Amino acid sequence: MLGVLLFGLTNSMGLALAALGFSFVFGISGIANFAYGAFYLLGGFITYILLNSAGFPHWVSAVISMVTIFFLGTLMYKVAIQRIRGAMLSEVIVTMGLGVTIIEILRWSGYVRHNQYLPSFVPGSITIGGLGIEYQRLIIVGIGAILFLLLWLLTRYTKIGLALRAMSQDELTALSLGINNDRIAMLAMGIGSLLAVVAALAIIPLGLLNIEGAYEILIFALAVGVLGGLGSTTGIIVGAFVLGYTQSIASTVLGPKWMMVVTFLAIVLVLLIKPSGIFGKQKELEERV
Amino acid sequence: MPKEDTGQFRRERIDRGIYARSSDIFALSSWREMNYLLLPRILPVVILLAMPLALELAGNEYWAKVMVILAIMGIMAMSWDLLRMAGMFSLGQGLFFGLGSYVAASLNHYLEWPIILTIPIGTIAGAILGTVLLLGTLKLRGIYFAMVTLAFPLLLVRAIQATNFMGGTEGVKAAAFPDYWTIAYLAIAALLVCFFGLRRLMNSDWGLVARAIGQDDIAVTASGIDVTWRKIQVLFIASGIAAFAGTLMTHFLMYAGLSNFSLEYSILPVASVVIGGSGNFAGALLGSSLLTLATEALRALGALRIAIYSLLMVFFALMVREGIFPYLERRYHQFERKVKVD
Amino acid sequence: MSAEPILKVTGLSKHFGGVTAVDNVSFELKEGEFLGIIGPNGAGKTTLLNLITGFLKPDSGKVYYRGKNITALKPHKICELGMARTLQMVRPFYNLPAFKNVIIPLCSPRSLKFSGSQYGERDDIALDYLEEVGFERDSSVPYKPAGVLPHGYVKRLELARALAMQPDLLLLDELFSGMSMSEVASTMFIIERLRAKGMSIIMVEHRVKELVRVADRLLLLNFGAKIVEGKPIDVISSREAVEAYLGSSQEVE
Repeated sequence: MLGVLLFGLTNSMGLALAALGFSFVFGISGIANFAYGAFYLLGGFITYILLNSAGFPHWVSAVISMVTIFFLGTLMYKVAIQRIRGAMLSEVIVTMGLGVTIIEILRWSGYVRHNQYLPSFVPGSITIGGLGIEYQRLIIVGIGAILFLLLWLLTRYTKIGLALRAMSQDELTALSLGINNDRIAMLAMGIGSLLAVVAALAIIPLGLLNIEGAYEILIFALAVGVLGGLGSTTGIIVGAFVLGYTQSIASTVLGPKWMMVVTFLAIVLVLLIKPSGIFGKQKELEERV
Repeated sequence: MPKEDTGQFRRERIDRGIYARSSDIFALSSWREMNYLLLPRILPVVILLAMPLALELAGNEYWAKVMVILAIMGIMAMSWDLLRMAGMFSLGQGLFFGLGSYVAASLNHYLEWPIILTIPIGTIAGAILGTVLLLGTLKLRGIYFAMVTLAFPLLLVRAIQATNFMGGTEGVKAAAFPDYWTIAYLAIAALLVCFFGLRRLMNSDWGLVARAIGQDDIAVTASGIDVTWRKIQVLFIASGIAAFAGTLMTHFLMYAGLSNFSLEYSILPVASVVIGGSGNFAGALLGSSLLTLATEALRALGALRIAIYSLLMVFFALMVREGIFPYLERRYHQFERKVKVD
Repeated sequence: MSAEPILKVTGLSKHFGGVTAVDNVSFELKEGEFLGIIGPNGAGKTTLLNLITGFLKPDSGKVYYRGKNITALKPHKICELGMARTLQMVRPFYNLPAFKNVIIPLCSPRSLKFSGSQYGERDDIALDYLEEVGFERDSSVPYKPAGVLPHGYVKRLELARALAMQPDLLLLDELFSGMSMSEVASTMFIIERLRAKGMSIIMVEHRVKELVRVADRLLLLNFGAKIVEGKPIDVISSREAVEAYLGSSQEVE
């Protein structure tokens, strides 16, 4: 019982962390960044290279990786997305295409092998109530909480944050107020990509660095988005916890291999019962009339 | 006629066929004009019908088999294009493809139903399952459809892998077609039926409404039409077509497995239409044919191929917007030539 | 013609966040009547139309059409019952020729019920409707893509699309906006002709002058609430109307 609760907590926060970057970009600029998984993988991979081939300490590698991917995200926006902004089909095709290109090139290049690890922030584990939990899992909870708090503070109390919120509410009006929507979107894309790397640094140490992780993180980000409702932070948290605990319970009761099945069924169920998500504010027609 | 001075020569732009295209019935008055209009339509059909025969007779079994794949991928691309026209952007045609394949294979393997039953039932089952799974997204913002179609096949692959359901990583074995001719001409016939059928469908008033939904569904709602219901109909047809392609592939490869849900079957249709040109199904056919041939020619590159298609797709989406077919069409109707200045 | 009103609206309200867009609005429309809804920008006129036609769900209040409660119905269902509207932000199908724009509403269930036409016949019917709103039939204009048509034509195309749904109640949202004086005059002529045939009309408009001439009643909206209702002359000369458009007398002084 304690195991389910604890594992559910860490699992949920992990999912929230995974979904955060994707949801952030979507909430601010309305762009679904399907290259999210690619940035996750790339961030992890760059960190690995810096750690092992260049011999940098963990923190340095992490920071360099985050900054690199931040710039990669903004670059992607500037070069690819900006010119097709507003045409949903093109946005979807371009982000998806770039994502797949990056992931599959990494796969083909063979640089990502099946024995590569990223170190935990704090190695080892702690025993709570007879259960062993890696420190890393607890750190995930901590990182998640801090990040959500930081983002909340950022959007509420800084000028940039105000611009971000304005964009997410009504882009046209924000434009007319002199907010440069392209720059804000670029910034949002950069931050979202950076958050993908944070998620990578937190989650990959629990397992392996591998190609499939890129698609997995994408699946989970999408699942959380659908379950909780896109674009709202509450939605992400709720979606992450619902999915996280469902997975945790299924894993304990039925076995770990049921996690994906349960995720699939959860999405199907939500779509049949309340498509806009648990916290979704989908007054679809109203938004666009 | 616009002319440009380039030294000793000037460029003259000729608009072929203005007379033929605007003369309606008078086009029948001249063989040359009739050929001009009919040739581009008849020629590809003839080639498609003749190729399997030619290749098989020439003993080139490998490329004869490629013809089947070409037809199947052509059908997939057209099904994606259909969804796109109605405003549904699918990142997972592989979902319907896989559903069709698995249903057909299971019916054949576990219940020992013959191919003549598994194909139609697999198609309908794929259509029903695909529609039901995506039903909830139809009323939401368009991005949900893309997200969910992307997530589902990825999820299903892992779910099947993990639980060993339906043969797990091994897949399900299925019966083969009696001979090459059956599958080859079934696939080509299906391709042509889809092509001409879908064109007819989208030119009808039903199709007009569907296309209008893709442009502006609020305006269609204000015109008194139940947009959601129409989208369901389009989804049913498109997913059925893709599922049908899946059933063909199952019995062609004698096997249905995880690879039927792979990203390849989701990306290739999109890339085909983006590269070939959208809106009239001919581009879908052209694009998918080019990509299928490229896939075979570049076999040595292995997994790099999908990266190449994706990159190409992105390039075309950003730089070339239109696609190859509209460009070719324009050139056919209107070309430039250098004429010597006297 | 029954004595029952064709449209009855009771206590309609809609809030967006902290803003009250429509505030407890009630009115009735008898069959064959022409009601004009006026008010300054942001008064909630379009929101009110959206609430009546099913594009928005009200927070409170009800809408009755011929005695039937249509408050929760979807827009296309409401069209089926006999209401048709034009959209304030013109939304033609830009890439389609003008006449194909009209074919789409002709495919709606109500239209099919009334005309029961086959494919191919609809082309002619569409051209008829376009002619009715002033498109020159024998020219190339009906065949041009809607995106290249001048604004006045596009607005009349909107009207043709609404008429193609064979409505008993027509709701027009700022039909005249962006039209030249002569276009307004000719469009007004078309509307008067419709009225003479017995159509019930609600017209939201900014250009009050034209409305005053033809409307049976006017309703003044401001800050989402009904301020004045009555005969056109009475409404526009009322103190409230002057205040709404020009500001209160204290500001003027």
